[in-house]
Amino acid sequence: MKRWPVMKRLLPLLTGLVLLLTACGREDLSTLNPQGPVAEKQFELMKLSIGIMALVVVVVFAICIYVLIRFRRKKGDKAIPEQVEGNHKLEVIWTVIPIVLLLILGVPTIQQVFGLAKDYSKDKDAVQVKVTAHQYWWEFEYTDYGITTAQDLIVPTGKKISFELAAADVKHSFWIPSIGGKMDTNPGSTNRMFLEFPKEGVFRGKCAELCGPSHALMDFKAKAVSQESFDRWVAAMKAPAVMPADAELAEKFTSMCLSCHAVGENGGNSAPNLTGIGGRETVGGFLFNDEGGGAEQHLKDWITDPQGIKKGAMMPGAEDTGLTEEEIAGIAKYLAEYKLDY
Amino acid sequence: MDWLTTVDHKKIGILYFIAGFFFFLIGGLEAIIIRIQLLKPMNDVVAGDTFNELITMHGTTMIFLAAMPLLFALMNAVIPLQIGARDVAFPFLNSLGFWTFFFGGVLLNLSWFAGAVPDAGWTSYVPLAGSIYSSGHGVDYYVLGLQIAGIGTLLGGINFMATIINMRAPGLTFMRLPMFTWAIFITSALIVFAFPALTVGLVALMFDRLFNANFFDVANGGNGVLWEHIFWVFGHPEVYILIVPAFGIISEVVSTFSRKRLFGYSSMVFATVLIAFLGFMVWAHHMFTTGLGPVANGLFSIATMLIAVPTGVKIFNWLFTLWGGSIRFNTASLFAIGFIPTFVMGGVTGVMLASAPADYQYHDTYFVVAHFHYVIVGGLILGIFSGLHYWWPKMFGRLLNETLGQITFWTFFIGFHLTFFVQHFLGLLGMPRRVYTYLGGQGYDDMNFISTIGAILMGIGTIAFLINVFVTWAKPRNASNDPWEDGRSLEWTIPSPPPEYNFKQTPLVRGYDAWWKEKMEGKTAMTPAEPVGSIHMPSPSILPFIMSVGLFIAGFGFMYDQLIVAGVGLAITLGCMVVRSLIDDHGFHIEPEEQDKGVQA
Amino acid sequence: MSAHDHVEGHLPHEPEKATLEARNKILGFWLFLGAEVVLFGTLFAAFLALRHSVGDGPTAGELFQLPMVFAATMILLTSSLTSVFAVQAMHHHNKKSMVTWLIVTILLGLAFLGLEIYEFVEYVHEGHKFTTSAFSSSFYTLVGFHGAHVAFGVVWIALVIGQVFKKGLTVVTAPKVYISAMYWHFIDVVWVFIFTVVYLMGKVAG
Repeated sequence: MKRWPVMKRLLPLLTGLVLLLTACGREDLSTLNPQGPVAEKQFELMKLSIGIMALVVVVVFAICIYVLIRFRRKKGDKAIPEQVEGNHKLEVIWTVIPIVLLLILGVPTIQQVFGLAKDYSKDKDAVQVKVTAHQYWWEFEYTDYGITTAQDLIVPTGKKISFELAAADVKHSFWIPSIGGKMDTNPGSTNRMFLEFPKEGVFRGKCAELCGPSHALMDFKAKAVSQESFDRWVAAMKAPAVMPADAELAEKFTSMCLSCHAVGENGGNSAPNLTGIGGRETVGGFLFNDEGGGAEQHLKDWITDPQGIKKGAMMPGAEDTGLTEEEIAGIAKYLAEYKLDY
Repeated sequence: MDWLTTVDHKKIGILYFIAGFFFFLIGGLEAIIIRIQLLKPMNDVVAGDTFNELITMHGTTMIFLAAMPLLFALMNAVIPLQIGARDVAFPFLNSLGFWTFFFGGVLLNLSWFAGAVPDAGWTSYVPLAGSIYSSGHGVDYYVLGLQIAGIGTLLGGINFMATIINMRAPGLTFMRLPMFTWAIFITSALIVFAFPALTVGLVALMFDRLFNANFFDVANGGNGVLWEHIFWVFGHPEVYILIVPAFGIISEVVSTFSRKRLFGYSSMVFATVLIAFLGFMVWAHHMFTTGLGPVANGLFSIATMLIAVPTGVKIFNWLFTLWGGSIRFNTASLFAIGFIPTFVMGGVTGVMLASAPADYQYHDTYFVVAHFHYVIVGGLILGIFSGLHYWWPKMFGRLLNETLGQITFWTFFIGFHLTFFVQHFLGLLGMPRRVYTYLGGQGYDDMNFISTIGAILMGIGTIAFLINVFVTWAKPRNASNDPWEDGRSLEWTIPSPPPEYNFKQTPLVRGYDAWWKEKMEGKTAMTPAEPVGSIHMPSPSILPFIMSVGLFIAGFGFMYDQLIVAGVGLAITLGCMVVRSLIDDHGFHIEPEEQDKGVQA
Repeated sequence: MSAHDHVEGHLPHEPEKATLEARNKILGFWLFLGAEVVLFGTLFAAFLALRHSVGDGPTAGELFQLPMVFAATMILLTSSLTSVFAVQAMHHHNKKSMVTWLIVTILLGLAFLGLEIYEFVEYVHEGHKFTTSAFSSSFYTLVGFHGAHVAFGVVWIALVIGQVFKKGLTVVTAPKVYISAMYWHFIDVVWVFIFTVVYLMGKVAG
């Protein structure tokens, strides 16, 4: 009977599934390894639902396997089995039990739907962050502090972070898997969500709504630090801009870059804020600064040809800006050394 | 020429099968390329924009141009036979339905050659799919291709509802209908009430893109979330349109190959009706992260979970049909038996997704991709393969080769689980969907590799089926009326393939499983309900073909801003409608002498 | 019974239901109207969602002239009544009367369309164009689709009248009259909803 070997493989796979769910995946990335209360509550629901469903699957599989072995037709058997119309009692059982199981899942679901929808936008103790998603980068504005940064979301531990989510162009979705579930950013309206970061660390963020050719490259980072460190960061962000030491380079930097970008109080706001960019985890959201030549190399590559790295990025490349190789090298070095102390 | 003008449901069924399978191969090729790109991190087989085109076309082609037509193939081939009718209620519209689907599908796929392929996903969310962010013609191909193809589907839905209501043989009351007929009846109702919402959505998107309307243009007061609502009000019933026929097929195949009547028939009917009805009330579970608020999310969570109840009822009724039966394993029944655990796995991840707060983690990740492939491929496609192998002798007069069939089943089934089981974990580990690549070192590499291997296996299984089709084609057409010997319903009482008029004399139905009932009482044929006589048949017509060409031309005219061309195309179509109305088609007759000669379809 | 089985001059009482083909057509058309209900329902939903987004254009309250719209409503409602008279005449096998009432129905339909075209031209002059805002796009799409349905109906009934002239009132032409009348009633019902949701509610909201 050819069915058995496949079942033999599938069943352990399934039971292993439930076991697999405990503490699985990276701390900075996995929904199965929650690092904050929001993700934890969602993980509880996940475990509950998969536990209930595993039960259903086991029952169905057990009946299925039994039936296929016990009632398989013997060769040449012409007998007609008894034609059974149905069984009222069984119908009631397999209607009522699923309803009960759904109630068990439904109650905590409703509790969390309302619990996770709490609005902390008026809460004095919460940190208010306005997130604006762009093709293909993330802007973070701290409305209470009057500062704006990009790509790395710095937050203090132990506080509710209240997000106002917006989109500058198309729909995106803001997601930090190990900290909590996602919420879409809709053009023309704002969404509200809260997260909490009890532990310090760097957590990976992803865009979770198809937004164009570089949707896959729209990662960001959430960096949770102590309250004191956060306060120092805010102060550092508010400090006067550090410009390139060389006057000519500073002039070039201002004219070519600061029409869209900003450092400190200088510049525009249609492109990622560059204050302290040298100290960020990545360039462009996904080129990690601790590999591939570091921030300076990444910045050089990016400024030379942003389209080659992230197709559809708004930023013009060297061909259009006319920046020379030395100028690019100079700006890259300046930016790579622009680190905030916190 | 006969194939271009036919209004015979049996031929139209074959046309749907050929076209549907052709598009299935295209969609499958798109899938293989997608999986090859995702084989390893930061792969560069295709760039991000091409990848987005591939996923868009894969989804759109598979759902609208492969799955639905293959279902229509079986609907056309089987339903009139199962109800003892000589054709559907509207044979002309049946043909029109096929040709509009065909030309809509051709139009959509011509985008590849035009270098303007839709790339905003099969869900085509705005503003990404609007004229600012998709400034090429790609999304126009999507809009117009689907609009034209959708007309065909809607006509088909109306046709089969009217057929099943009005054209049943004497004695065939509703509660004596075969389960597949019930399933198609319910599916047709779903089509009639779901497709018009898509029509409006596509019209609005078309007007925004081509005529500067502002339905979804936020700058002018439009609303992108409105598109989501309209799309999913259609989109959710659509997935029930896909799966309910498969439920019907499984009921037939499981019953026949266990030599037992379906367990709990009335519960099965009621459960299917309930699933369809509830299917209209859950659309916003696709929008849990859109920000509709906790009240909406809560209500839609509960409504979605409720659908699990009638679905579970069906699963248990199939298992208890098998229980106590005499189970015969062949390709058709293996696919049906493989369906049961696989669909259950897909269904349980559906219940997991139904819990909105948990869905905040699952949404737009590979967990969802795994879920819907489990229910659509592991459910619908396994069901279609089962139905094809089961009804193949009735459609073509030959049985498919059993060895090749088993190869098809095992490679496809194992390949399927390899491809999609690991994807559940990819989603939980943080991998979003619709990503053209992923960074290394995140724990995704091995599982993506396994998934790609699985996809290749599925491709091999599909090719095995294709070989089977060709090998079988060469064999003599000598299948008997009832080649499985355990047929229970009316289609097994007539020759394989049936004559042009199906039933020489409309049969008299005396109970559920009409043919089985007669066999158990020792009869070798159905009792006729009428004397032998002159049989009235509908005339063939080239008009459906021409009307579809007209729409095809109009589509291009609208897309490329050639309104005169669009006008000409529409005039051709409307002109044909006028011709059809003015020139009465009284059909033709097949006299008893010709019937005895065996008029072959 | 086949399509041409009738003894000359002895039409059945309800000639539109005399053959299986005719009954199929009527059933099929009811199903089609079910689909049309969903179609217009979705258009209404889109309109309701967008009706306050007027952008730079005039609001509903500023724009709509209820007296004229009321006149158009009365015209269309009357045309529904005349199509009922036509079908009644058909049941009495009175071909002449039936055709007369159908012609009146078409004329009233044309009058409705004329008023509507006049209305739209006025709106465009007042800055309410198709491309002006979300409200205007959804308004013209909803009301325009309805108008297109009326225009289609006028042509359809005209063609049916032509067929009755040529082939007489038979079990083949009777279903055509009946179904075109069903269609006509449907677009009348849709208009009642448009009048209420678009015009009356628009005026009230200001």
